[in-house]
Amino acid sequence: MSNDKPKVAFYWCASCGGCEEAVVDLAEDILKVTSAVDIVFWPVALDFKRKDVEAMEDGSIAVSFINGAVRLSEQEEMVKLLRKKSGLVVAFGSCSHLGGIPGLANFWNKQTIFDYAYLKSPSTNNPDKIVPLEKSEVDGKELELPEFYDTVYSLDQVIDVDYYLPGCAPPKDLIVNAVNAILEGKLPPKGAVLSPNKSLCDECDRNESKPEKFTMTEIKRPWEVELDPEKCFLAQGVICMGPATRGGCGQRCITANMPCRGCFGPSDQVFDQGAKFLSAMASIIETNDEKQIDKLIETIVDPAGTFYRFSLPTSILRRKKMEATK
Amino acid sequence: MSNESFEPRLVGFLCNWCSYTGADLAGTSRMSYAPNLRIIRVMCSGRVDPQFVLKAFKEGADGVLISGCHPGDCHYQEGNYKALRRHRLLSKMLEQMGIEKERFRLEWVSAAEGEKFQRVCNEFTDEMKKLGPLNLNGGKKNEQ
Repeated sequence: MSNDKPKVAFYWCASCGGCEEAVVDLAEDILKVTSAVDIVFWPVALDFKRKDVEAMEDGSIAVSFINGAVRLSEQEEMVKLLRKKSGLVVAFGSCSHLGGIPGLANFWNKQTIFDYAYLKSPSTNNPDKIVPLEKSEVDGKELELPEFYDTVYSLDQVIDVDYYLPGCAPPKDLIVNAVNAILEGKLPPKGAVLSPNKSLCDECDRNESKPEKFTMTEIKRPWEVELDPEKCFLAQGVICMGPATRGGCGQRCITANMPCRGCFGPSDQVFDQGAKFLSAMASIIETNDEKQIDKLIETIVDPAGTFYRFSLPTSILRRKKMEATK
Repeated sequence: MSNESFEPRLVGFLCNWCSYTGADLAGTSRMSYAPNLRIIRVMCSGRVDPQFVLKAFKEGADGVLISGCHPGDCHYQEGNYKALRRHRLLSKMLEQMGIEKERFRLEWVSAAEGEKFQRVCNEFTDEMKKLGPLNLNGGKKNEQ
């Protein structure tokens, strides 16, 4: 490590591995990156250990890209360690930015999750009712597991975050732009989300197909309807999170003829993506009749899970109200 | 919680044209009613962003009231219908978040209905007293 190249670390918390894939998917561009920087820590690809990071000088890593939400004590320790060792921390991908899909666990707590996953789920065969313990003894040796928290956190709820790279996973061009901006020192103000601050509808190819005044008379799920590949999803009666979601994703889902699910989170003007989408949705429901409204709303099976699909931990309420696990 | 001394904190978003004037009428008519509702005047019930309601709960409200003109009477034609649709959808979402739907109330109060405003305030306060405090943990780490 005797060179002057900036040092870079990658780390993963509660995530699926898709963000790691996104780095690998840089393809030949990754060679440019690796020739410009020195990767000092990347558990998925390189054999460096925690003690190697601990041995580094504070602030000696130029930038740490951390993906995944924080739901275990181990993850909290690791991101705090990386924060100490890094000049910049970038929350990489929806889970560290907003809480992401793992954040949907905030509709439950540790107790209910453990009950289901280890005892009640139909595919579980656990006659001795063994559940993970933080401390257990095997052959006279004490074994330790990290603590499983009741609540899933976004990265910035645990450590100070400098920048956010949104997306599930972040698209290639945004990653390359971010890395170049860091290398060239041309960064926006701290706390910025490294993607345009406009809603997805603003850049959507289907925007023009939207009628002047449009309303929803029925709400359909994508599989219930043959989707027109040119027409605005909302105008087809399908929930599309575009109005409440930041653009910059390259319309990956839209071009695959699937509505936006909201992985980029809200734009800077919005605190709560789900509430804002709920507001938009309620505005375009056709009817003024109370019974009709109730009937239509009944067809939105899971509003909280749909509108907060990626952003529950960073929403105003952050989680379902529940007793803490004892 | 059956605490007799519990005084619920209620937040009310009242539209300028009907409900706020109705509340004013209750005041100038010297009607007495439960003092638990903190009133915020908005130009229209359709102006109430669902984020306002969530924020109120998050900051410690035990109940939130939106009150506007009767259907058909909105100063801006349709704002109260918007409020109605948002109320229905948000109520459903609040239940998923573990907040009882009784805590989020929508009422039509006209400028002439001081008495109705008095009744709504009293009823809502009584119901919330029975239901007890909301006690949102505020997303704080419960493992601390």
